[in-house]
Amino acid sequence: MSELKTISDNAPSSPERRRFIGAATATAAGLTLAPGVMLIEVAHGRPEGQAASASVRWGMLVDATQCATGCDDCVTACSTENGWTPVAESKHPKQAPQWIRKLELQDPLTQMETNLPMMCQHCAEPPCVDVCPTGASFKRADGIVLVNRHTCIGCRYCMMACPYKARSLVHEPLNDTQKPDVPRGIGCVEACTFCVQKVDRGDGTTACVEACTAAGHNALVFGDMNDPASEISKRLRELPTKQVRADLNLNLGVHYHGI
Amino acid sequence: MTRLLALGAIVLTTAAVAWAGMDDDEPKSGRAPKPVIAEPIKGDRCVEDEAYMRRNHMKLLDHHRDETVLKGIRTKKYSLKECINCHASEKTGSVATAKDDFCVSCHSYAAVKIDCFDCHSTKPQVSAAKHPLDAEAAHYKHEMDGDEQ
Repeated sequence: MSELKTISDNAPSSPERRRFIGAATATAAGLTLAPGVMLIEVAHGRPEGQAASASVRWGMLVDATQCATGCDDCVTACSTENGWTPVAESKHPKQAPQWIRKLELQDPLTQMETNLPMMCQHCAEPPCVDVCPTGASFKRADGIVLVNRHTCIGCRYCMMACPYKARSLVHEPLNDTQKPDVPRGIGCVEACTFCVQKVDRGDGTTACVEACTAAGHNALVFGDMNDPASEISKRLRELPTKQVRADLNLNLGVHYHGI
Repeated sequence: MTRLLALGAIVLTTAAVAWAGMDDDEPKSGRAPKPVIAEPIKGDRCVEDEAYMRRNHMKLLDHHRDETVLKGIRTKKYSLKECINCHASEKTGSVATAKDDFCVSCHSYAAVKIDCFDCHSTKPQVSAAKHPLDAEAAHYKHEMDGDEQ
């Protein structure tokens, strides 16, 4: 970006550049022509009967430099919102579903410690969707990767395909302990949904982000990465961020700063 | 062979006697126990008329479920959550816990296995305003409810 600015300061603009600027201004004007509409859309989400739109790409920024050692508020908040039993309380911790987990990493050479939450990265090219034999694993238009439990047969191919170990299988019957907004069931694979029930409701945030903000760490930012005015877009422009296993070219929805 | 036939005849006669005995006690059309269809706890009419819902609720639910899961369309009409909100029993607070609860009662009468509640909660949402955004949404929901009724 800074390169572009230098060029525009020194050199006369080329016709091509003018065309680009014209298009950009037109888009900006389009946005400002109906500011009320935009604001309502941001605050309350889309109208009830409208499908999730591909013009939105939900994403999250994790600032690992702000993520506190020993804090697992995001994990607790996720389990409360979505109704999964915290691993510590589970009878079978090794196979307990885990939608988000805290990782504490240490560089063996420098002993530097890094804290970060790990969950479904909501890839634009999700391997879990590629391998699903029934089409149950799918990516919604707005970039949220989900499991359609009505077609999931519990084969766990997606769990093997996921480079982030983000998915879990429900091994035990849940006996009507589910949340009305979050159906879950034995024999189905599940993972972080970016709190899709909250997103559809228009909250514009997720349980983990709310908890992190409430705890004062502000390590998580959630928003529409396609909207240049959203907080996440601004932060992504400013901060150097990485995608985990960027070599896989999956175009992740979750970006990490400070790893 | 004759012995078998005789046995058959005896069984049939016994069955007929038993049948006649039952007929005395109950009306002819209703030997099987009828399902208990409890009145909904809120609202005075369903989203479609009763006869249509009895035959087609599963089609409506199936269609709505695909719209919701795949596209994120969460309209209230035909949503399972709204069925549960109105039809949950006052006693158990659920549509499928006790054998007289709304869904189970008919489904056991018709001998149709019901899968919804392997994953879905059988109880209505207890709407608690946890934070300002939720409270705002709850208020909006309340208005919508008012409009519908």
